[in-house]
Order: sequence, then C-alpha cells, then structure tokens
Amino acid sequence: MFYRECGVLKETYAKDMAIFPIPLDRWGLGVMLVLAFVVIPFTASDYWLSSIMLPFYCFSLAALGLNFLTGYAGQVSIGHAAFMAVGAYSSLILYGRYGVPLPLSIFGGGIFASAAGTIFGIPSLRIKGFYLAVSTLAAQFIIEWVLTHWQWVSGGVFGTIDAPDMYIFGWIIDTPVKKYYLVLCVLTLLTVFGKNLVRGQLGRNWTAIRDMDVAAEIIGVSLFRNKLIAFAVSSFYAGVAGSLITFTYYLAANIEEFNLFLSFHLLGMIIIGGMGTVLGSFFGAGFMTLLPIFINQTLLTIMERVPSDIRANSEAIVFGGLIVFFLIVEPYGMARLWQTIKEKMRLWPFPY
Amino acid sequence: MTFFFEVLISGLLVGVMYSLVAMGFALIYKASGVFNFAQGDMSLLAGLALVGFLTVMPLWLALLCTFAVMTILAYGTVFIIFRPLVARPPLILFMAAIGLSFLIQGIGQAIWGTDAKGLNIGIPEISFEISGIYLNTFDLTFGGVATALVAGLVWFFQKTRTGRALRAVADDHEAALSVGIPLLRAWAVTWVIAGIVATVAGVAWGSRLGVQFSLSLIALKALPVLILGGIDSILGAILAGLLIGASENLAEVFIGPYVGGGIQTFFPYLVALIVLWFKPYGMFGKEIIERV
Repeated sequence: MFYRECGVLKETYAKDMAIFPIPLDRWGLGVMLVLAFVVIPFTASDYWLSSIMLPFYCFSLAALGLNFLTGYAGQVSIGHAAFMAVGAYSSLILYGRYGVPLPLSIFGGGIFASAAGTIFGIPSLRIKGFYLAVSTLAAQFIIEWVLTHWQWVSGGVFGTIDAPDMYIFGWIIDTPVKKYYLVLCVLTLLTVFGKNLVRGQLGRNWTAIRDMDVAAEIIGVSLFRNKLIAFAVSSFYAGVAGSLITFTYYLAANIEEFNLFLSFHLLGMIIIGGMGTVLGSFFGAGFMTLLPIFINQTLLTIMERVPSDIRANSEAIVFGGLIVFFLIVEPYGMARLWQTIKEKMRLWPFPY
Repeated sequence: MTFFFEVLISGLLVGVMYSLVAMGFALIYKASGVFNFAQGDMSLLAGLALVGFLTVMPLWLALLCTFAVMTILAYGTVFIIFRPLVARPPLILFMAAIGLSFLIQGIGQAIWGTDAKGLNIGIPEISFEISGIYLNTFDLTFGGVATALVAGLVWFFQKTRTGRALRAVADDHEAALSVGIPLLRAWAVTWVIAGIVATVAGVAWGSRLGVQFSLSLIALKALPVLILGGIDSILGAILAGLLIGASENLAEVFIGPYVGGGIQTFFPYLVALIVLWFKPYGMFGKEIIERV
C-alpha cells in the first residue's frame, strides 16, 4: 500500500529514468547512507570498524566487480583474487616507490589490474562456460608466479611489500575511523558509477551477451568490445578493492592473501548474494565475510574446551553446509529474497 | 638423451595420476552436468579414511571400509544435495560442489584429524635401471593399477547393464528417464565410480606426499588436464593427463632454469590455453553448436 509505483507520476524524462522511482526506496537508501556515514563510525568500536566493516566493504567492491563480469556479462572468472593482487601491488609500488598521491595510486592500481584483466580476458573471445572458468585460473597461477618471482615487483622478501603510512594532501589516515571513511567514499563512488553503468547501454550489451552471445552478435553487439570491457571494468573494481584492503586492513601486500580460495569466496559471494544485481554483491559479501566470524564466535562460546582444529573443521562444515542449504532454498540468491519481500510490500498490510 | 627420457617417463607417471583425477571430473560432468569441484576433496577423504582404518584392521578390510565410506558419500551427495538442485543452472551446481568440498574437508578432518599422516600400503619403492633410465617399482605399480582401473571402467561402461544405463543417462537425461532408468540412482552410481577413482588417486598421492589437506589441491592440477582433453571426455582426460604430465615435467627441467623455476604451477594452464584457442572444446570434448 505504501510501497508501490502507483501514484508516482513521472512528468519528465529525468524522472522516468531515475534509479529509484519509488519514494520509499529513496528514503531507505538515505537512511542506509546516514547509517553508513554517520551512525556506524561514531558508535561502532574500533574492532568492529577495522576488522569487520573494512573487509566487508572491500569485498563488496570486489564482488561488485566480479558481478559485472559473471552476473551481467555471463563470463565466469575464478581468477579474480589475482586481479586484486595486481591492484594491491601496483598501488603500493606507485604510492610507496614513486610517490604518486594516494587517491591516484589507488585508482592506478585499479587501472593496472584492469590491464591484466583485459589480457586474461582475451581467451573469452573463443572459449565459453567452464572451459573459460578454468582458463581464468591461469590468471591466478601466472600472476602469483610473476609476483613472487620478479624481484623488481616484490622487492625480494617473500613477495611482500609493507604498506606505508597513508597521507592525503598531508593529512594522515591512521585511525580506523579515517580508514573507514576512505574505504566508504571510494565504495560509494564506485557503486554509484557501477549502478549507472549497468543501467545504460553497456549493461544492456552485457546482459544480451550473457543471455545468448550468438543472438547478441547478430543484433549488432560487438562481442570483442563488450566482453573485453567487461573484463576491464570488472578487474578495475577488483584492483581498487585489492589496493584498499591492502592499505587499510592487511597493511602489507602479500600474495598469500589473494589466493585461489579468495577467488572462490568472491564467486560464492555473488552466487549467494544474487547474480546480476548490484545489491546482491553487498548481501553476498556480508554473508561470506560475516558468517565465518559469526560461526567462529558462536562455536567459541559453545565449545570452549574443544581443541582449535576441531573448531576450524566445524567452521568448514557449517560454512559448506550453509552454502549448500542456501543454494537449495534460494538458488537465485539473497537479492531475489529481497525482491520477493518488495513484491509482498506492494499489498501490505492488505491481503490483496 | 637418457636424461630426457627419464624426465619424460617420470612426467608420464605423474600424468597418469592427473588423468585419474580428471577422469573423476569427466565422469560426473558427463553423467549429471555437475562440475564436481570436490573431486580433490574426495581423494583427501579416501586417503584419510584409509589411514584411519589401517590403524585397526588389515589392508583388504580397510580398503573395503573406505569403499563403504565413498559409497555413503556418493549416495548422500546425490540424494541430499543434488536432488533438490536438479535442472538448476550449471553455475549453481558448481557452487554447490564448492560447498560440498568444504563439507567433505571439514567432516574428514574432524573425524580423522588435520595433521599430516604417512600412508604405507606395503608397495615397495625400489629403484632400478633399464638401459640407463631410472625407474621405481612404486610408480610402476600405480601406473599399472591406474591402467587396470581404466581398462576396468571401459569394460564396465561397454559391457555391463548398469554401465549401459549410465551411458544412456549421460547421453540424454530425459530419454533415459523415459525408458525407465532411475536417474538419481544412476547418478549415485556415477558418484560411487568417481569415488573409487578418487580413492586410487588419493592412495597414490597420499603414499607419496602424506595424507593431509594439500591432497585436495590435486584437483587444481587436474583442471587444465580436464579442459585440454574436453570436460566430458574420458579418453580426453587420459591422453591430456599424460600430455600435461610429460610436458610440465620437461618444461620445468629444460625451460625452468632460464626463467627462475617454479613454472610447473602454471605451465599446464598455458598448454591448455594454447590448445583451447584452436579447439575451444578441448581435444575430445563435445562441441556445442549454437543456433539462434
């Protein structure tokens, strides 16, 4: 009754093209933004900000990037952690060795990652489906090898570069709250950009390719261009996410953090969150980052005396079980669940 | 030249193991369309179970019990996890398999422990020399076992009633259903076979490297083999396994020193990528012809 399109009169073209035509959606978004920008930084403890919110935001960004590629353009990638690694290393090198300003190095990391992503996206022009998925694993292994074996990149010590102190225009970013704002600003900026990207021509092209690439090509969507742009944009997001998480959370670029399991986690995020939805990336990242912490804490309180390896194993069991359970109950992800709630809201509180 | 052959042969023997794991993938993919990422974890589980049973019983009984564990796993997987997911998109099934791999790892290690364990099933490891090439009995025995396994599978699929039913299911689910083949049971049998293949691979790798978590990573070695041969081709998996095993070993020994070593991790993927560029469905994979 309160949440519906009815009564929303679109008098101009601008209103017709609005992202959120329904007033309640806009208010909801406003509330979320106020929550993220004002309430959380002033109420949450440092532990919450630095160990939960920061990785959550960074992984949301990476998942959003992967969602462009896999959810919208239909090209499965299981080498995305490697692109995060490229972003992390190149932004640290830009900032630490060449003194490029911080915002520029973060986005520079994204650009380097996007170049790497485009190169590894080339096979997608010939290969499809699981063949492509396995081919993207090549990115994971080759990039890992390059980062550990090229002395110039890593500086020689186990492929690790320490993150220097962060300054923006001489203003140091050291406390969790400042880091939180840095990550949140980049996330907001890129989310708005991404949401508009997938609403526009490019997003339509990607969806067409996902649904059937042969048909898309026939109606004049260039596969070459759009697939490679999908890889570029997607790995740009991954690179920025990798550089942010390294600067604020890991504090050192280390290839171990960007291993294959992170790639699977990212894929899991978008599948559980909902493929082909921007919102789903956030749900999925929340689920996959918060759940292990939650499980661990719960097990810690239930089984205090149990040795840690059994706890680690029960964590794996619960985690795997929940993934399977979720896929069985809601195969189209949490975003679909949200969609269902919205459908119900149209009529609420009346039965029909 | 002798050195070349030595490297080649040791590569081929490793390749046999890759083939085994890749074959497990191919069997399940062909029959049920699931890209079974948990294949490596099934090897891990089999290894863990065998080590666990060996401490309390003789080898033959331990092997039987391991087989029982794999059978329970296969039926459980098909009837609990994949039955509700029938006719879902392949990517969802893939994700379910990743979830399954967490489950198997967790359960296996919770029961039998996370520490690395040695596995000795009494096959001697004696090196000997034939015309200047060093071989050892352990590798040869497992090469033999793997060959026998493949021959047995070929016989099973070609000659037995169950085998024919499984091939029918792999060919066309609906047609198989319509002639009265129980689909889910056929899938379960396929998973059991994949479990046996995984057990052999798990025992072979486990007695070499010890049974521990890293055993599940042999799946990653098998993936380039799989796409090189063609995801749904068993013959492809075997040939590609040998090809990859030999080529990565040769590359590591002869090219590796020039670029800093360690190229074994990604060289198979490079080979697979180059071949796939020319044959997008692998060497023997079924080509999908798309029409609008």
